[in-house]
Amino acid sequence: MVFLTRIEHFNAAHKLYNPEWSKEENEEVFGKCANENWHGHNYELHVTVKGEVARDTGFVINAQILSKLIKQYIIEELDHKNLNLDVGFMKEKLCSAENLAMAIWQKLISHLPEGVNMHSVKLYETPKIL
Amino acid sequence: MKHRKSCRVLRELRTDFTFRMNNKVSVYRKEHFCAAHRLNNPSWSEEKNFAVFGKCNNPNFHGHNYELNVKVTGEPAPDTGFVIDLKNLSDLIKDEVLEKLDHKNLNLDVPEFLHLNPTAENIAIVIYNILRDKIDKKLDLQVRLYETPRNFVEYPA
Repeated sequence: MVFLTRIEHFNAAHKLYNPEWSKEENEEVFGKCANENWHGHNYELHVTVKGEVARDTGFVINAQILSKLIKQYIIEELDHKNLNLDVGFMKEKLCSAENLAMAIWQKLISHLPEGVNMHSVKLYETPKIL
Repeated sequence: MKHRKSCRVLRELRTDFTFRMNNKVSVYRKEHFCAAHRLNNPSWSEEKNFAVFGKCNNPNFHGHNYELNVKVTGEPAPDTGFVIDLKNLSDLIKDEVLEKLDHKNLNLDVPEFLHLNPTAENIAIVIYNILRDKIDKKLDLQVRLYETPRNFVEYPA
Protein backbone atom coordinates (compact mmCIF):
# COMPACT_ATOMS: atom_id res chain seq x y z
CA MET A 1 0.00 0.00 0.00
CA VAL A 2 1.38 3.40 -0.99
CA PHE A 3 0.01 6.92 -0.46
CA LEU A 4 0.06 9.48 -3.25
CA THR A 5 -0.77 13.16 -2.69
CA ARG A 6 -1.69 15.71 -5.31
CA ILE A 7 -1.66 19.43 -4.40
CA GLU A 8 -3.95 21.89 -6.19
CA HIS A 9 -4.99 25.53 -5.61
CA PHE A 10 -8.09 27.65 -5.93
CA ASN A 11 -9.07 31.19 -4.97
CA ALA A 12 -12.56 31.89 -3.68
CA ALA A 13 -14.80 34.25 -1.73
CA HIS A 14 -17.00 33.15 1.15
CA LYS A 15 -18.51 34.20 4.46
CA LEU A 16 -19.32 32.29 7.60
CA TYR A 17 -22.92 33.01 8.40
CA ASN A 18 -25.70 30.95 9.95
CA PRO A 19 -28.99 32.26 8.50
CA GLU A 20 -30.91 30.96 11.53
CA TRP A 21 -29.05 33.37 13.81
CA SER A 22 -29.26 37.15 14.12
CA LYS A 23 -26.56 39.36 12.61
CA GLU A 24 -25.25 40.03 16.13
CA GLU A 25 -25.02 36.33 16.98
CA ASN A 26 -23.22 35.64 13.71
CA GLU A 27 -20.73 38.41 14.40
CA GLU A 28 -20.18 37.13 17.91
CA VAL A 29 -19.45 33.58 16.76
CA PHE A 30 -17.77 34.14 13.39
CA GLY A 31 -16.23 37.59 13.99
CA LYS A 32 -14.87 39.29 10.88
CA CYS A 33 -15.51 36.10 8.85
CA ALA A 34 -19.21 37.01 8.98
CA ASN A 35 -18.69 40.20 6.92
CA GLU A 36 -21.86 40.35 4.84
CA ASN A 37 -19.99 41.46 1.70
CA TRP A 38 -17.72 38.39 1.78
CA HIS A 39 -13.96 38.03 2.04
CA GLY A 40 -11.71 35.44 0.40
CA HIS A 41 -8.75 33.11 0.43
CA ASN A 42 -6.13 31.32 -1.64
CA TYR A 43 -7.03 27.75 -0.72
CA GLU A 44 -4.52 24.92 -1.04
CA LEU A 45 -5.94 21.44 -1.43
CA HIS A 46 -4.01 18.24 -0.67
CA VAL A 47 -5.73 15.06 -1.83
CA THR A 48 -4.10 11.82 -0.66
CA VAL A 49 -5.11 8.49 -2.16
CA LYS A 50 -3.84 5.02 -1.31
CA GLY A 51 -3.58 1.71 -3.10
CA GLU A 52 -1.30 -1.06 -4.28
CA VAL A 53 1.37 -0.25 -6.83
CA ALA A 54 0.41 -1.71 -10.21
CA ARG A 55 3.04 -4.03 -11.63
CA ASP A 56 2.80 -2.80 -15.19
CA THR A 57 2.95 0.98 -14.51
CA GLY A 58 4.58 1.29 -11.08
CA PHE A 59 1.73 3.67 -10.13
CA VAL A 60 -0.95 3.70 -7.43
CA ILE A 61 -2.69 6.08 -9.85
CA ASN A 62 -1.24 8.13 -12.68
CA ALA A 63 -0.76 11.52 -10.96
CA GLN A 64 -1.88 13.26 -14.17
CA ILE A 65 -5.20 11.43 -13.99
CA LEU A 66 -5.66 12.32 -10.32
CA SER A 67 -4.86 15.95 -11.17
CA LYS A 68 -7.42 15.94 -14.01
CA LEU A 69 -10.10 14.46 -11.71
CA ILE A 70 -9.48 17.11 -9.05
CA LYS A 71 -9.47 19.90 -11.65
CA GLN A 72 -12.62 18.67 -13.37
CA TYR A 73 -14.76 17.96 -10.31
CA ILE A 74 -13.38 20.38 -7.71
CA ILE A 75 -11.25 23.23 -9.06
CA GLU A 76 -13.62 24.01 -11.97
CA GLU A 77 -16.44 24.30 -9.42
CA LEU A 78 -14.60 26.36 -6.82
CA ASP A 79 -11.89 28.47 -8.44
CA HIS A 80 -12.67 32.20 -8.66
CA LYS A 81 -16.13 31.53 -7.26
CA ASN A 82 -18.22 32.61 -4.31
CA LEU A 83 -18.50 29.41 -2.24
CA ASN A 84 -21.82 30.44 -0.69
CA LEU A 85 -23.51 31.53 -3.93
CA ASP A 86 -21.90 29.78 -6.90
CA VAL A 87 -21.20 26.22 -5.74
CA GLY A 88 -23.98 23.62 -6.04
CA PHE A 89 -22.50 21.14 -3.57
CA MET A 90 -22.10 23.82 -0.84
CA LYS A 91 -25.72 25.04 -1.06
CA GLU A 92 -27.43 25.08 2.37
CA LYS A 93 -24.09 24.37 4.05
CA LEU A 94 -21.89 26.61 6.18
CA CYS A 95 -18.79 27.32 4.08
CA SER A 96 -16.21 26.51 6.75
CA ALA A 97 -12.94 24.79 5.79
CA GLU A 98 -14.25 21.69 7.62
CA ASN A 99 -17.48 21.44 5.61
CA LEU A 100 -15.70 22.23 2.37
CA ALA A 101 -13.10 19.49 2.98
CA MET A 102 -15.88 16.95 3.67
CA ALA A 103 -17.79 18.01 0.55
CA ILE A 104 -14.62 17.68 -1.57
CA TRP A 105 -14.07 14.16 -0.17
CA GLN A 106 -17.68 13.18 -1.00
CA LYS A 107 -17.44 14.62 -4.49
CA LEU A 108 -14.12 12.96 -5.37
CA ILE A 109 -14.62 9.54 -3.84
CA SER A 110 -17.08 8.35 -6.49
CA HIS A 111 -14.71 9.30 -9.32
CA LEU A 112 -11.62 7.38 -8.20
CA PRO A 113 -10.70 4.35 -10.31
CA GLU A 114 -11.11 0.86 -8.85
CA GLY A 115 -8.38 -0.13 -6.42
CA VAL A 116 -7.61 3.50 -5.54
CA ASN A 117 -9.04 4.64 -2.19
CA MET A 118 -9.34 8.05 -0.66
CA HIS A 119 -7.05 8.48 2.34
CA SER A 120 -7.35 12.18 3.24
CA VAL A 121 -8.39 15.61 2.07
CA LYS A 122 -6.40 18.44 3.62
CA LEU A 123 -7.55 21.96 2.94
CA TYR A 124 -5.48 25.01 3.84
CA GLU A 125 -7.66 28.10 4.10
CA THR A 126 -4.59 30.14 5.02
CA PRO A 127 -1.02 28.89 5.55
CA LYS A 128 -1.90 28.65 9.27
CA ILE A 129 -5.39 27.11 9.09
CA LEU A 130 -5.60 23.51 7.94
CA MET B 1 59.55 53.78 -1.77
CA LYS B 2 57.40 51.64 -4.02
CA HIS B 3 55.75 50.09 -0.97
CA ARG B 4 54.97 53.52 0.51
CA LYS B 5 53.38 54.62 -2.75
CA SER B 6 51.10 51.58 -2.93
CA CYS B 7 50.11 52.17 0.71
CA ARG B 8 49.06 55.70 -0.19
CA VAL B 9 47.04 54.48 -3.17
CA LEU B 10 45.32 51.93 -0.95
CA ARG B 11 44.57 54.58 1.68
CA GLU B 12 43.08 56.87 -0.96
CA LEU B 13 40.99 54.05 -2.34
CA ARG B 14 39.75 53.22 1.15
CA THR B 15 38.89 56.85 1.88
CA ASP B 16 37.12 57.13 -1.44
CA PHE B 17 35.19 53.91 -0.79
CA THR B 18 34.14 55.01 2.70
CA PHE B 19 33.10 58.37 1.32
CA ARG B 20 30.90 56.81 -1.34
CA MET B 21 29.35 54.20 0.96
CA ASN B 22 26.09 55.18 2.53
CA ASN B 23 24.86 53.57 5.69
CA LYS B 24 21.36 52.98 4.45
CA VAL B 25 19.63 49.81 5.55
CA SER B 26 16.31 48.36 4.37
CA VAL B 27 13.98 46.87 6.97
CA TYR B 28 10.91 44.84 6.08
CA ARG B 29 7.65 43.96 7.78
CA LYS B 30 5.40 41.18 6.48
CA GLU B 31 1.68 41.20 7.13
CA HIS B 32 -1.33 39.31 5.75
CA PHE B 33 -4.92 40.02 4.94
CA CYS B 34 -7.76 38.02 3.38
CA ALA B 35 -10.20 39.77 1.10
CA ALA B 36 -12.77 39.30 -1.65
CA HIS B 37 -12.75 41.24 -4.92
CA ARG B 38 -13.68 41.18 -8.58
CA LEU B 39 -12.06 42.87 -11.55
CA ASN B 40 -14.59 44.86 -13.52
CA ASN B 41 -14.64 48.00 -15.63
CA PRO B 42 -18.16 49.45 -15.32
CA SER B 43 -17.81 51.42 -18.57
CA TRP B 44 -17.37 48.17 -20.54
CA SER B 45 -20.01 45.59 -21.55
CA GLU B 46 -20.37 42.32 -19.64
CA GLU B 47 -18.80 40.50 -22.62
CA LYS B 48 -15.79 42.80 -22.81
CA ASN B 49 -15.21 42.53 -19.05
CA PHE B 50 -15.30 38.75 -19.28
CA ALA B 51 -13.00 38.78 -22.32
CA VAL B 52 -10.40 40.95 -20.52
CA PHE B 53 -10.66 39.81 -16.88
CA GLY B 54 -11.84 36.19 -17.42
CA LYS B 55 -12.79 34.35 -14.24
CA CYS B 56 -11.60 37.30 -12.11
CA ASN B 57 -14.74 39.06 -13.35
CA ASN B 58 -17.14 36.64 -11.56
CA PRO B 59 -20.08 38.87 -10.45
CA ASN B 60 -20.23 37.13 -7.07
CA PHE B 61 -16.55 37.88 -6.34
CA HIS B 62 -13.69 35.57 -5.44
CA GLY B 63 -10.88 36.10 -2.94
CA HIS B 64 -7.26 35.83 -1.89
CA ASN B 65 -4.86 35.59 1.02
CA TYR B 66 -2.78 38.65 0.31
CA GLU B 67 0.74 38.93 1.67
CA LEU B 68 2.04 42.43 2.16
CA ASN B 69 5.77 43.20 2.45
CA VAL B 70 6.55 46.77 3.45
CA LYS B 71 10.15 47.90 2.90
CA VAL B 72 11.51 50.99 4.65
CA THR B 73 15.00 52.26 3.77
CA GLY B 74 17.12 54.82 5.59
CA GLU B 75 20.07 55.32 7.89
CA PRO B 76 19.81 53.79 11.36
CA ALA B 77 19.29 56.57 13.94
CA PRO B 78 22.44 57.04 16.08
CA ASP B 79 20.51 56.88 19.36
CA THR B 80 18.37 53.74 18.73
CA GLY B 81 20.17 51.94 15.91
CA PHE B 82 16.78 51.64 14.18
CA VAL B 83 15.79 52.73 10.66
CA ILE B 84 12.23 52.55 11.98
CA ASP B 85 10.99 50.75 15.08
CA LEU B 86 9.49 47.60 13.51
CA LYS B 87 6.89 47.38 16.26
CA ASN B 88 5.70 50.87 15.31
CA LEU B 89 5.72 49.93 11.62
CA SER B 90 3.72 46.78 12.40
CA ASP B 91 1.17 48.76 14.44
CA LEU B 92 0.92 51.35 11.67
CA ILE B 93 0.25 48.70 8.99
CA LYS B 94 -2.31 46.98 11.23
CA ASP B 95 -4.15 50.19 12.16
CA GLU B 96 -4.10 51.91 8.76
CA VAL B 97 -4.08 49.06 6.22
CA LEU B 98 -5.25 45.75 7.70
CA GLU B 99 -8.17 47.33 9.58
CA LYS B 100 -9.34 48.69 6.24
CA LEU B 101 -8.75 45.61 4.05
CA ASP B 102 -8.76 42.41 6.14
CA HIS B 103 -11.85 40.21 5.76
CA LYS B 104 -13.41 42.85 3.54
CA ASN B 105 -14.80 43.04 0.05
CA LEU B 106 -12.37 45.42 -1.67
CA ASN B 107 -14.96 46.58 -4.23
CA LEU B 108 -17.82 47.14 -1.78
CA ASP B 109 -16.26 47.89 1.62
CA VAL B 110 -13.21 50.02 0.78
CA PRO B 111 -13.96 53.59 -0.38
CA GLU B 112 -10.64 53.87 -2.27
CA PHE B 113 -11.89 51.23 -4.74
CA LEU B 114 -15.32 52.74 -5.35
CA HIS B 115 -14.06 53.99 -8.74
CA LEU B 116 -10.77 52.07 -8.97
CA ASN B 117 -10.33 48.48 -10.13
CA PRO B 118 -8.85 46.50 -7.18
CA THR B 119 -6.04 44.83 -9.12
CA ALA B 120 -2.89 43.92 -7.19
CA GLU B 121 -1.25 46.94 -8.86
CA ASN B 122 -3.89 49.39 -7.63
CA ILE B 123 -4.06 47.84 -4.16
CA ALA B 124 -0.28 48.28 -3.82
CA ILE B 125 -0.55 51.96 -4.85
CA VAL B 126 -3.39 52.57 -2.37
CA ILE B 127 -1.42 50.92 0.46
CA TYR B 128 1.70 52.92 -0.43
CA ASN B 129 -0.21 56.20 -0.39
CA ILE B 130 -1.78 55.42 2.99
CA LEU B 131 1.59 54.54 4.55
CA ARG B 132 3.63 57.26 2.81
CA ASP B 133 1.71 59.95 4.70
CA LYS B 134 2.48 58.31 8.04
CA ILE B 135 6.18 57.51 7.63
CA ASP B 136 9.05 60.01 8.01
CA LYS B 137 9.78 61.63 4.63
CA LYS B 138 13.51 60.96 5.14
CA LEU B 139 12.80 57.25 4.78
CA ASP B 140 12.17 55.51 1.44
CA LEU B 141 9.15 53.27 1.22
CA GLN B 142 8.30 50.40 -1.09
CA VAL B 143 5.35 48.03 -1.01
CA ARG B 144 5.38 44.47 -2.36
CA LEU B 145 2.01 42.76 -2.52
CA TYR B 146 1.49 39.04 -3.19
CA GLU B 147 -1.99 38.23 -4.47
CA THR B 148 -1.05 34.54 -4.68
CA PRO B 149 2.27 32.89 -3.83
CA ARG B 150 3.20 33.24 -7.51
CA ASN B 151 1.76 36.67 -8.45
CA PHE B 152 3.15 39.79 -6.84
CA VAL B 153 3.64 43.48 -7.59
CA GLU B 154 5.96 46.21 -6.28
CA TYR B 155 5.34 49.94 -5.97
CA PRO B 156 7.07 52.30 -6.57
CA ALA B 157 8.80 50.45 -9.42
